[in-house]
Amino acid sequence: MQEKPLPVRATPPEPRTRRFALTPTVIVYLALVVLLIVGSVLVGLRGGVLLDQAGLLNIFTRATALGLVAIGQTIVILTGSLDLSVAYLVGLTSLVAAETMAGQDGMIVPGVLLALAVAAVVGLVNGLVITVLKANAFIATLGVALILRGYLEHNYTGPAGDVPRTFQHLGYDRIGPIPVAALLMLAIAAACWWFLTRSRPGYHVYAVGGDIEVARLSGVRTRRTILTAHVLCSVAAGFAGIYLASRLGSGAPYVGTDAVFDLESIAAVVLGGTLLAGGRGGVVGTIGGVFILATLDTTFDALAVDPFFKDVVRGVVLITAVALYARRMVGRSP
Amino acid sequence: MRLRLAEGTAPVLVVLVALLVGLAIAGPAYDSVEGYLALLKRAAPLMILAIGQYFVIVSGGFDLSVGALVTAGVVIAARMIDGQESATAWVILLVLAFGLLVGLVNGLIATKLLVPSFIVTLGMLLVLDGAVFLWTGGAPRGALSEGFRQFGRGSVDVPVLGEVPYSVLILLVILVAAALFMRSGTGRALVATGDNDQAVSLSGGRVDRLRLLAFVLSGVLAAVAAILLGGFAGVSAQVGEGLEFRAITAVVLGGVLLGGGRGSVVAATAGALSLEALFTLLNLLGVAGALESAVQGVIIIAAVAYAALGPRTRFRTSRQPAPTQ
Repeated sequence: MQEKPLPVRATPPEPRTRRFALTPTVIVYLALVVLLIVGSVLVGLRGGVLLDQAGLLNIFTRATALGLVAIGQTIVILTGSLDLSVAYLVGLTSLVAAETMAGQDGMIVPGVLLALAVAAVVGLVNGLVITVLKANAFIATLGVALILRGYLEHNYTGPAGDVPRTFQHLGYDRIGPIPVAALLMLAIAAACWWFLTRSRPGYHVYAVGGDIEVARLSGVRTRRTILTAHVLCSVAAGFAGIYLASRLGSGAPYVGTDAVFDLESIAAVVLGGTLLAGGRGGVVGTIGGVFILATLDTTFDALAVDPFFKDVVRGVVLITAVALYARRMVGRSP
Repeated sequence: MRLRLAEGTAPVLVVLVALLVGLAIAGPAYDSVEGYLALLKRAAPLMILAIGQYFVIVSGGFDLSVGALVTAGVVIAARMIDGQESATAWVILLVLAFGLLVGLVNGLIATKLLVPSFIVTLGMLLVLDGAVFLWTGGAPRGALSEGFRQFGRGSVDVPVLGEVPYSVLILLVILVAAALFMRSGTGRALVATGDNDQAVSLSGGRVDRLRLLAFVLSGVLAAVAAILLGGFAGVSAQVGEGLEFRAITAVVLGGVLLGGGRGSVVAATAGALSLEALFTLLNLLGVAGALESAVQGVIIIAAVAYAALGPRTRFRTSRQPAPTQ
């Protein structure tokens, strides 16, 4: 089976705009703008400013970690898979990075590399369980999540490791109101966008998510595509763990699960217009979804709303958004 | 009625028997009927949740909201009863009605608004969790009445078996009803919906109504589980935490195909009992609580991989989870 240079006819990631098409990606950014305006007005009525220096910083900081996890989640969801192990993986990689660094400047690079390597191995395990053992992705990644959880609970009771001051710059430095880490996250998002829409393996991701049998029969190596997607997803979660370690100054076993990164990242991806069944959507929408969630949080904080009310609104926003997209899909393909 | 095992039931029964034998060897409490009845009593809420989850999964969906629904049910009951014995009856009805309502909303959004059930019930999970905390401020108030707690803790004297917990009786009634239901036309249509909803639709089945029914049943059964757990485990805002994943795990352990169309309800229930027996066995063997989840993870993967790669599997393209639609 040799990979032929035939272009695989996958669903084009971004439907060519014949007129001004109201794609989910457009909707999610429109919604973000509306949300920013409504939020600003509401906060303004209480005598505050939403989008001042501190507010912007807050939004970007919240978006960075979730954004990194959600970028990876986008790729696996596009292949028709999903990853429930990311939350524990974020905690694990933060620990690996912080413990390797152990407060020494010289160990920064080995710490980062080791954390990413651990993440890649976890992704590989996820992918192998799904492709070789043929376990359903939901169960496979849930199982891996439980294994990671067991490891974390057995070995750690609280924060561990020590991140040198130099490395904490990654978490706290900023250019104007925008944190450097947020820019790095956006750069990774751009790289993923390029990968998904401009590279052959990226097209294979859409092909496998659209219909795995058709993709296989057209000569796509479906196993390899799913494996790649899972490794990339876990590496992205690894980046999130490293970022959080640099912000917290140490590794924290439950930093990922406390933020419910597993379900939250899936919510951001779906909010961004990516189909949960795979094959349609993209990173651009996901980033929009992440910023909507971050803006909602920041607005509610500024309004001093009960934190639990956020969950309620989040649930309603999620369902409404997907219902909206579903409506549009029906119009297109009966 | 011919007695035959539904497809995919055998492996989980083997696992279950192995675990029960393991229990008998490892624990002195398991050489009498009482020990096993106590195990059943502990497992009853999860088994009931698994039955509800089975209906949704076999028809091609997911219900992630059941854990939050259990918490909501317990918290509502405690607040409404507030220790008054006289309030027990109507609060039980209220909790059941609440479960029905949540299931109805889940089902209506999934079928009428065409939102994948994974997302609908994830949204419902967020809404319920948030609402419960908002309402209670994090610490549930009120108390359950003795009458309410009877369902989860009480038992009744049965000849031969001795003291049989109410929860085991409730479980048996629900299990028998569910098994009979799955043999009826509606039950078979439900499974067919999960396999190929277009075929069901073309042959005159009402796909939307069947799916709606599955969600409503799941909601009501989650409310029943809440009533049992409230009595058994007491009132807390964490009582239902993680139960949705545990119920899904149980169902999958029972050989039910995620994505729908395959599997039996008895096997799903056996899956839940196996899971509970596994936890008990791990406890008896002194596996540290922390490693318990790791062992659970390995076993889930092994069970699913066995089901997928096992010797007598029919050819079936292993689609990744395609929640509804």
